[in-house]
Amino acid sequence: MSATQQPPEQKSGAAGSAQFSGSDSRKFNYFEPKGRKASHYEDMTVDVQPDPKRYLLQDWIISFADGTPTYDESWTKAQSSNWHQFRAVDQEWERTHYQRQSTIVGMITNVIENGRRAGAPKRFDKAWVKVLSDHLGAYKHAEFGLGTATMQAQRYGYTQMINNAILTNSSYKLRFSQDVTLYLGEIALDIEGIDLDAGKTHWLEDPIWQGTRHAIEAIMGASDFLEQYFATNIVFEPLVGELFRSGFIMQMAASQNDFMTPSVVSAAEGDYERNLANAVELFSMLALDQKFGEQNRKLFVSWMDKHGALAVQAAHQMQPIWSLPRVKVAQFADALELAKNRVRAIAAEIGFDARSTLDH
Amino acid sequence: MPDSLTLNKITAQRGMSISEATRRVADLGWTPSYVQEAMTFPTDYKIKKTPRDPMKQVLRSYFPMQEEKDNRVYGALDAALRGDMFRNVQPRWVEWMKLFLAIIPFPEISAARSMAMVGRLAPGEELRTGFAMQMVDEFRHSTIQMNLKKWYMENYIDPAGFDITEAAFGKCYASTIGRQFAEGFVTGDAITAANVYLTVVAETAFTNTLFVAMPSEAARNGDYALPTVFLSVQSDESRHVGNGHSLLMSLINDPDNHLLLERDLKYAFWQNHAIVDAAIGTFVEYGTTDRDKNKESYAELWHRWIYEDYYRTYMLPLEKYGIKIHHDDVAAAWDRIVKSNYVHLTAQFFSVGWPVNFWRIEAQTEKDFEWFEHKYPGWYAQFGNYWKWYEKLSHKGETNVLFNADTGYVYPHRCWSCMVPCLIRADFTYDTVEGKVYTYCSEQCRWTHKVAFAAEYEGRATPAMGRFSGRREWEECYHGWDLADAITDLGFVRPDGKTLVPQPHLHFDDSKMWTLDDVRGHTLGSPLTNFRALTPEQREAAAIEYRKGFTINPIH
Ligand SMILES: [Fe+2]
Ligand SMILES: [Fe+2]
Ligand SMILES: [Zn+2]
Repeated sequence: MSATQQPPEQKSGAAGSAQFSGSDSRKFNYFEPKGRKASHYEDMTVDVQPDPKRYLLQDWIISFADGTPTYDESWTKAQSSNWHQFRAVDQEWERTHYQRQSTIVGMITNVIENGRRAGAPKRFDKAWVKVLSDHLGAYKHAEFGLGTATMQAQRYGYTQMINNAILTNSSYKLRFSQDVTLYLGEIALDIEGIDLDAGKTHWLEDPIWQGTRHAIEAIMGASDFLEQYFATNIVFEPLVGELFRSGFIMQMAASQNDFMTPSVVSAAEGDYERNLANAVELFSMLALDQKFGEQNRKLFVSWMDKHGALAVQAAHQMQPIWSLPRVKVAQFADALELAKNRVRAIAAEIGFDARSTLDH
Repeated sequence: MPDSLTLNKITAQRGMSISEATRRVADLGWTPSYVQEAMTFPTDYKIKKTPRDPMKQVLRSYFPMQEEKDNRVYGALDAALRGDMFRNVQPRWVEWMKLFLAIIPFPEISAARSMAMVGRLAPGEELRTGFAMQMVDEFRHSTIQMNLKKWYMENYIDPAGFDITEAAFGKCYASTIGRQFAEGFVTGDAITAANVYLTVVAETAFTNTLFVAMPSEAARNGDYALPTVFLSVQSDESRHVGNGHSLLMSLINDPDNHLLLERDLKYAFWQNHAIVDAAIGTFVEYGTTDRDKNKESYAELWHRWIYEDYYRTYMLPLEKYGIKIHHDDVAAAWDRIVKSNYVHLTAQFFSVGWPVNFWRIEAQTEKDFEWFEHKYPGWYAQFGNYWKWYEKLSHKGETNVLFNADTGYVYPHRCWSCMVPCLIRADFTYDTVEGKVYTYCSEQCRWTHKVAFAAEYEGRATPAMGRFSGRREWEECYHGWDLADAITDLGFVRPDGKTLVPQPHLHFDDSKMWTLDDVRGHTLGSPLTNFRALTPEQREAAAIEYRKGFTINPIH
């Protein structure tokens, strides 16, 4: 053996320690940022899921038995001239996601600990306690259903940006369904006679909840992933989810001497604002598509008809819940009208007409 | 202060036990009665709906735990910069990270996607909750690795190759090998892909080499960032392994599943070996400057993690369920590493192909030779001359090693199955599938393509099984192209429009860096295209010749 090479003269491996071609090329340069400069979210996300239309030279290299490749645009009836245009409004990547989720569970844990320490659950109105165990207990299953539907949907999108937005949506829904489960379990330690199995029984059997369960199962059972994402955020959340969370729980709780439940439930409203912003961004991009906008808007109307009908029916079946609390401070009719207005506003923002579902 | 008087004890209130919490959370699911869930990702397996009992955790404790892990990672990255890590980092090592980190975020996010597939099939809601956490973990892994890569790009002397990373991922022959891994997690039979290939084999066996061997070697090369990120990633894996094992246990008692399970364990083990050992073996053995003879070689690590920990303690116990374990494949993989020089041949191939890479590979030197000979006796006789040739031909103005006929190197066929070239020449084989000829690195890879990825297996219909597709032989994409035009099309050219991103050395000096003009005038070809053009007799003769191998010419 003989010496073959002098070690290179370079001493430092640090940026700037030598000037040569490419030595200052310090930005990902393979995609068009949405703004003037790429955001950190874009750097973490764009093009990680590849596409034969962009850089995937050798095409997808495994297919399903029928020849469908690893990712396929036909997995939704919606069409796009450029799926890669979408960016999530909430700009989440792992660090921001864990920070936000962790802050929420910290907030909820504090509310519950402090509330229990102060003996708050014992002062809840008796009729209200039963409302919580039966109906908040039933509603947590709806949240779980949306979490599993979006967990399913995040497999199918044509870009990393779409799939990650659906993935974080799933994470938020699953966390909230657990938040409510654990919250009820914990206040049950302080209140005599809470039946923790009652919620599921109501979910499965109570006529009040069958419309909601039907609407949720229709979302879980849809085989078009964007239909699932649309039905979750554009239809079910405003017409049923917010109706129950904001229009009932948040409105009523204080008058039943309950200051804890609204804090727990408010987290879901914050989650939904972000999920909604992402969904509106995606669906308005599709509604405005130069080539496919018209057919996408028709498609959205058909999804609204299908899932909207189920959601409106679910909302009406819930009406008796509004008369259960001893102190009645909110009216179902007002809450439903607010929910419908919310959907009208969302539909207007996206650019499709929701009247056929809402106005009868 | 005595324990009994701490504030915590005074104010602590009764909470739910963790097993009560997980039981309540698992009760969130129900069996739909109005609308059935579509079986969108099919499987040929039968899954018993008997709930197993995976790790007990709820999201309320999961998110803060993960945030805390993140804080440690990002704190360590900041500290590495304050400590001027890049002043002492070994460029030989960081260059390989351009390839490794181009590949890995997509397999990671594919693992997240695959949770959709097993989530639907999960026997019991506790396991579905486990899969949901794994989904979020894999989202973590994908983006935390993108962040690390961006950080290298911003702080390492030569950012070229990091700056084009996801575009390069789509175009490079080497990253396609990694993509086979990722697509294998999410395409075809849901259990084959997301349970056996991903979890039972890749995560349970091979993440140790990926996420533990790599970090150790990084640290030996002055890179403290990669260990911080990847050990944090690896800390999530035990939960994934637990999920996968639970699902496996819900299949394994049904004898109807045994045939498919044996097929998938064989396919998954062999392909993981072929892909991971090629890539990680090369990074660890050839990307390092640390030649401490006391450290374990990749072969030694493999023996500990794959043979002892995985084969002996995880796979062998499956036999008691009546599963046939492919002992001979485990032995064959070990032989490929220690007797047939699989890793060394791979490193040789990567370096021969440097002009179409997007990272730099410098020559191995005298100090390296001694270490290799110590760890792999006989190494010098087979590879010493090659690396001397490589050094000689690394100087601008020489004919590049890929096209230099003086070396005696014979460009290899590519394996249609694992997509690593057919480097162990004696094992080369070929076959006809649906009327077309294909080449393979090994009998196991031939079997994978022809027998395993098919519509039936040993007389049993397997309608859910996937198929190999696409332009799997990279060389075919540039058959008949001039090398310089191919590099331009790949996008592996620096911002001046002429200097190549890849270089066969670590000189950070324009006067020594190769440009398009230095490589122009050589025509790329597809070995498979040429092989198919032969008559059957010529083909067999070519195969016999190929199996004889080649000898690197002496260098003076
Ligand atoms: Fe991972
Ligand atoms: Fe994993
Ligand atoms: Zn192979």
